[in-house]
Amino acid sequence: MANVPVSITVNGKKRTAEVEPRLLLAHFLRESLGLTGTHVGCDTSQCGACTVLLDGKSAKSCTVFAAQADGSEITTIEGLAPEGGLHPLQQGFWDEHGLQCGYCTPGMILSAVNLLNENPDPSEDEIRAGICGNFCRCTGYQHIVNAIQNAAGQRG
Amino acid sequence: MTTASGHVVTPKMIGERIKRREDPRLIQGLATYVDDIKLPGMLHLAFKRSDYAHGRIVSIDTSAAAAMPGVELVMTGADMVKILPPMPIGTPFPSPDHHAITPDIVRYVGEPVAVVVATDRYLARDAADAIVVTIDPLPAVIDTEKAMTGQPALVHEAFANNLAVPYVPGGSGIDAATGSIDNSTVDAAFAQAEVIISQRMLNQRLAPTPIEPRGVVAHYEPGKDFLTIWSATQNPHIVRSFIAALMGMGQNQVRAIAPEVGGGFGCKINIYGEDYVAAAITKKLGRPVKWIEDRSEAFMTTIHGRDILAYVDLAAKRDGTVLGLKIKLIADIGAYNMILTAAIPTLTMLMLNGTYNIPAIRAELTEVFTNKMPTDAYRGAGRPEGTYFVERAMDMLARELGMDPAEVKRKNFIQPAQFPFATQMGAVYDSGNYERALDLGLKNAKWNELKAERDRAKKEGRLVGIGLSFYVEVCGLGPSASLPTGGWEHASVTIERDGKITATTGASPHGQGNETTFSQMLADQFGVPMADILILHGDTGVVKQGIGTFGSRSQAVGGTVLALAGGKVKTKMAKFAAALMGPEMEANPEALVFEGGKIFVEGNPASAKTFAEVAGYAYVPVPLPVGMEPGLSDEAFWEPENNTYPFGCHICMVEVDRDTGELTLKKFVAIDDCGTIINPLIVEGQVHGGLAQGIGQAMIEEVVYDEDGQLITGSFMDYAMPRATDFPRFELDKTVTPTPVNPLGAKGVGEAGTLGSTPAIVAATVDALSEFGVKHIDMMLRPEKLWNIIHGGQS
Repeated sequence: MANVPVSITVNGKKRTAEVEPRLLLAHFLRESLGLTGTHVGCDTSQCGACTVLLDGKSAKSCTVFAAQADGSEITTIEGLAPEGGLHPLQQGFWDEHGLQCGYCTPGMILSAVNLLNENPDPSEDEIRAGICGNFCRCTGYQHIVNAIQNAAGQRG
Repeated sequence: MTTASGHVVTPKMIGERIKRREDPRLIQGLATYVDDIKLPGMLHLAFKRSDYAHGRIVSIDTSAAAAMPGVELVMTGADMVKILPPMPIGTPFPSPDHHAITPDIVRYVGEPVAVVVATDRYLARDAADAIVVTIDPLPAVIDTEKAMTGQPALVHEAFANNLAVPYVPGGSGIDAATGSIDNSTVDAAFAQAEVIISQRMLNQRLAPTPIEPRGVVAHYEPGKDFLTIWSATQNPHIVRSFIAALMGMGQNQVRAIAPEVGGGFGCKINIYGEDYVAAAITKKLGRPVKWIEDRSEAFMTTIHGRDILAYVDLAAKRDGTVLGLKIKLIADIGAYNMILTAAIPTLTMLMLNGTYNIPAIRAELTEVFTNKMPTDAYRGAGRPEGTYFVERAMDMLARELGMDPAEVKRKNFIQPAQFPFATQMGAVYDSGNYERALDLGLKNAKWNELKAERDRAKKEGRLVGIGLSFYVEVCGLGPSASLPTGGWEHASVTIERDGKITATTGASPHGQGNETTFSQMLADQFGVPMADILILHGDTGVVKQGIGTFGSRSQAVGGTVLALAGGKVKTKMAKFAAALMGPEMEANPEALVFEGGKIFVEGNPASAKTFAEVAGYAYVPVPLPVGMEPGLSDEAFWEPENNTYPFGCHICMVEVDRDTGELTLKKFVAIDDCGTIINPLIVEGQVHGGLAQGIGQAMIEEVVYDEDGQLITGSFMDYAMPRATDFPRFELDKTVTPTPVNPLGAKGVGEAGTLGSTPAIVAATVDALSEFGVKHIDMMLRPEKLWNIIHGGQS
């Protein structure tokens, strides 16, 4: 099948490329653009390590073809905060020890961004439900919940 | 802060909740994991794997794959055995040949039968899929106990009745020298018994599932005859040793690098077939190659954990005094021995004394080959199994006697004055105060109120239960006598010319936060800010020697050796400092104070030299003090004389939905005693993670093969990984009983949570379902199983 042209705005920069129709967005970001902060943890859209923001909403980039993202705006972990700064969720994860190995972290943070965009003052149950599409094997989630509460201004 | 004398005092870092230094790169997507490595001219590997659990390869047609554009090489097992010998293991147990790519017989679903090397990852996968393999199926050996009769087939011809390890006795009355077994003590204990608890229990098979799958990049440079291998590993030095040995290269011709590693939980201790194949192919082609595991491959071909069956008999008096334990362990180790496979169940044996004065124990271990993925170390690695079997039996005893489980445990605890305590199983517990941890657990959980709450709920018709468990584990591995890889650790500390500190550690972390805790230690040792300290790890080209991170050993062994290396450098630096101060200060090097970035004579601010000044002097020593070499760098090896034995008490409350059988964890209280704590924040994170894996095991996780050996739980769709919604907020607390085994007093905590949690949850669930007469339920506690107990009276 012939390659297809795509034009995707990634972290504010417009990127154009000719891609295989089957190329996954995750691989487009990682391999074509070198944005390796987006991780791949499964092949079945379960683990959420590959989560990015697609037109402002969280999306699992291993389950989107690059071609499907044509014309859209993508934010990856590298583009979440202005250069040199940290997004409140990044700061929250750091302050609350919301990560250990760090592999799930970019996707977890971007899911949490989506959650707080939709619900700026979530309850703990709502936080847990909001990130249940993202697996973390290290933390038992408690410090991740704390991190999101921190970013939501719920912890001193 | 400043003291009265005007010195700036560096706050003490050890014991503080310091935010991790590792995090900035991780939260910004700036870390480099193995899949992030790209080398010029790099080729990609994809494996063709067996669809059958057991069978003979009749033919492999690689022609279509080899003809595809972009495919550089296709090799079958028959090709690979010409350049790659069978893979080594790390234990002394007898082992069948295990080839990286099998040349003749497949023994588990997912076993590699061929490899493709291509210019692109997608192409490599396409080509692997184009390989046509014909396999003549053999009967799949799946049922563990049936396998022990040699039925329905032999996994390896040379191992009769599929017995990988036919019989290992342990416990009382065994003469280590002659191997003779005297059963009289155990028989006498059971003869006196007023009550005997007998139960068959399975500690089921699990998938470790770090979120980063396995991966390897290998690059052989023919001009240098040198191989560099990047691997998602917990122990790069062991990777180097094993790869070098199999490639016929010297250890000085191989550099192994663990880049950022996305979790391990034991499964990244191993060196796998794919790693050796990557090394062999880069050596053959002289080009860098990469292989990254996908999740389906991970479920099939990354080691599994646990899968130990036990027949337990516990003898006691009616007052709850335990008299003796008999236990038969049958470990289903899968198709082959991996690096530590056969040794893991021996750790189960080692811990069968639990936290109790059990005066007579007879344990027997058998290890069995089946057509499944091999088992090996998964977080806890043998100890959760031992804890589970003993704690389940203790809980069943309490239930049988109508006693509070806390009181049965209390009655049998090893007492503080008995430490060091030599167990029936050959362990020597270093230190402990079990009753203190139990009392704190009962207090924090409000045990009596929990009981009342349960009773009220039951009166309302709700199925609520509470459970309590106690554990002791073996950590800080260990003396070399107990660890075939070597039980020491290595560290080096260099004071740079500008006074910054660079340290190396062989304890290669993958989420444990060693960069932070080790910086805390050195900051206190040298009285400098943490920001001036760099901890390097995970690279055999930078870290001279090392063992690695597993067995909850980073802090107890790696931390200790770092302090020793730092001590050597500090001693030397103090001599330079004294010389720099001049004879008029009459400085005694051994009494100098390192604080606030300065070195000074106590009570004499005029003597102070900055840390950087002294460092600079050490590298341009004019004059060179008599008898001294320039420079400030030293290293240390250190091996503990014993393992450490952390312990704790876990208490939980669960509810089972009467209509659906669904189990909900309502409350979880954990008291853990891991000795001295360097960073409480990191320790809490370790406990949380361990609890999540233990609770996951108890409630929802299980690797399942069908009778043909097909893996039913081959994706996250089928293998239930715990999610944030599966847990309540854990309530943690601690007691601190330092170990005398190392000067830090630290015992280790990485695996603790997996030990106490499974028996606590099963005990609570049995308690919740007590009205149905159930005494034991095997994990995992899926709703169907519980529904059947509620509605069918089956257990």
